[in-house]
Amino acid sequence: MAAEPLLSVRGLRVEFGSHRGLLTAVDGIDFDVREGEVLGLAGESGSGKSMTLRSLLRLVKAPGQVSGQALWRGRDLLALPEAEMRRVRGREIAMIFQEPMTALNPVLTVGTQIRENLKEHTELDAAARKARAIELLDHVGIPSAKSRVEDYPHQFSGGMRQRAMIAIALAAKPRLLLADEPTTALDVTIQDQILKLLLRLRSELRMSVILVTHDLGVIAQSCDRLVVMYAGQVVETGPVAALFAQPRHAYTLGLLNSVPRAGAVRQPLASIPGQPPSLLELPKGCAFAPRCRFAIAACGGNRPPLVEVGPEHFSSCLRHRDVANR
Amino acid sequence: MALAIPTVRRRRQQRLRMPLIIGLGIVVVLLVLAVFPGSIAPYDPRSMDYTALMHPPSASHPFGTDNLGRDVLSRVIWATRVDLQIAIFCTIFPIIFGTTIGALVGYYGGVLDTVFGRIVDITIIIPFLVLVIAIVAALGPGLLNMYIAVSLIGWVFYAKIMRAEIQVQKESDYAAAARVLGYSEARIIFRHLLPNAITPIIVYWMTDMALDILLGSSLGYLGLGAQPPTAEWGVLIADAKNFMSTAWWMSIFPGIGIVLAGLGFSLVGDGIADIFRRQR
Repeated sequence: MAAEPLLSVRGLRVEFGSHRGLLTAVDGIDFDVREGEVLGLAGESGSGKSMTLRSLLRLVKAPGQVSGQALWRGRDLLALPEAEMRRVRGREIAMIFQEPMTALNPVLTVGTQIRENLKEHTELDAAARKARAIELLDHVGIPSAKSRVEDYPHQFSGGMRQRAMIAIALAAKPRLLLADEPTTALDVTIQDQILKLLLRLRSELRMSVILVTHDLGVIAQSCDRLVVMYAGQVVETGPVAALFAQPRHAYTLGLLNSVPRAGAVRQPLASIPGQPPSLLELPKGCAFAPRCRFAIAACGGNRPPLVEVGPEHFSSCLRHRDVANR
Repeated sequence: MALAIPTVRRRRQQRLRMPLIIGLGIVVVLLVLAVFPGSIAPYDPRSMDYTALMHPPSASHPFGTDNLGRDVLSRVIWATRVDLQIAIFCTIFPIIFGTTIGALVGYYGGVLDTVFGRIVDITIIIPFLVLVIAIVAALGPGLLNMYIAVSLIGWVFYAKIMRAEIQVQKESDYAAAARVLGYSEARIIFRHLLPNAITPIIVYWMTDMALDILLGSSLGYLGLGAQPPTAEWGVLIADAKNFMSTAWWMSIFPGIGIVLAGLGFSLVGDGIADIFRRQR
């Protein structure tokens, strides 16, 4: 496990200057993505998980301010000149979105969109691009790909659109796929198929995936490691198995308790009381303290740092022992 | 209720389609007249017959003859060519230049947007017709100068529409997806965003052509556009204005030509707009 990480994010901050003050969407987070792993990024709406993803490809627009470092195979993505960044986008790092309908260009056929990516990032000639487009659609599980390749996105069903989007994104064989809630807009049965597809493609193309989701079921099914975010900060990170078996942060525990478990005795679901804090005025100490049933006076002091609580398992909870032994 | 809904929808579709079909019919007829006036018009539009001055409509001259004995039907048909030319040449530059500028302004915004905003203010503050007449008066009368005058101002309206559309489209997911695939900004703007934003431009183009035909006729009437003896609807009406009480056919038929052209393009524009509205 000592291998150099593929992507190494350090001190990533995303801030927005608004008329009511500085809004911190991502508050100085660190994480690594290793070769071939699926890293989950979980949290509630507004926890900064999507913003983290978008900032990696520099999609954050003014007035958003991104700072920190994202080392990608020796280069800092956040400092790369725009021309080089364009070569990274699509060719080395690709991204898929939540809404396959709106993320596909409605006036171009699916085949055209795949071939356009191939033309931009590969050396294939026109005939080879045509063949490859069909092959890719077939590969992501579109039935009779050959006859569907010149269809427009609106002629596809929701699940097929997501498959088509994956085919477009992966046409240039990127090393890293950023998936922004790729299954949220889909039916549960289709969700499962898409996740399995992503996992299969991950091993076939030997790429890494960052999977952003608020769905812990999706994470349990597909991720190797998990980063839990709250109010723009990383509160807990570790291998999925360890983290699910024994969460070491009160927030993670709350999240897990709010998910129904098959086979368990039926009882009311525990929700986390209160609302996430306003990103304009974060509490001084632990951002979760105001909603936390474990909170003690010290939680309101300085912001607690991430401490190692197990092998590769870190938590910023001052009461991680009590959370573990609850 | 379950049965009623499809019927209502079908009826509504028919109601929406009828004007479009009529509009297309008018435009196609006008186009045919404009392309083949020589084989359709019964007489040479310029040949004068001094034995038949200001004859009322008859079997040999269905629209009558004018004060120089020229066949009004033939002149109205030949005028179709000139007036459709006006519709096209008045819009071709504005549509290309205006759409490009509008797309760039909408995408990049910033200083570009501020400068463009001022240009829009300046053009909108003066009535269109007055501005065109002023420019034509300065350049001298004639069709070419009229095209120049209309083009100088007309692009602003296309650019305004395009700017607003691109501002919406550039925030869409597919624009972000295109950016993420490493495409150049020029490619994103002109291949991805522009085709998605072109609909209102096409609708406005139809209306604009109708307006330009009216404008061309008005300027022709005022002697600033097409020059006699060119057959142009406005010119024909100008020629006829002294004989309004004695030879109504000289002015009525070119007038009908203007009305039909305006109506045809407007109906087509409306029809297209309806189709796109329902698609959304």
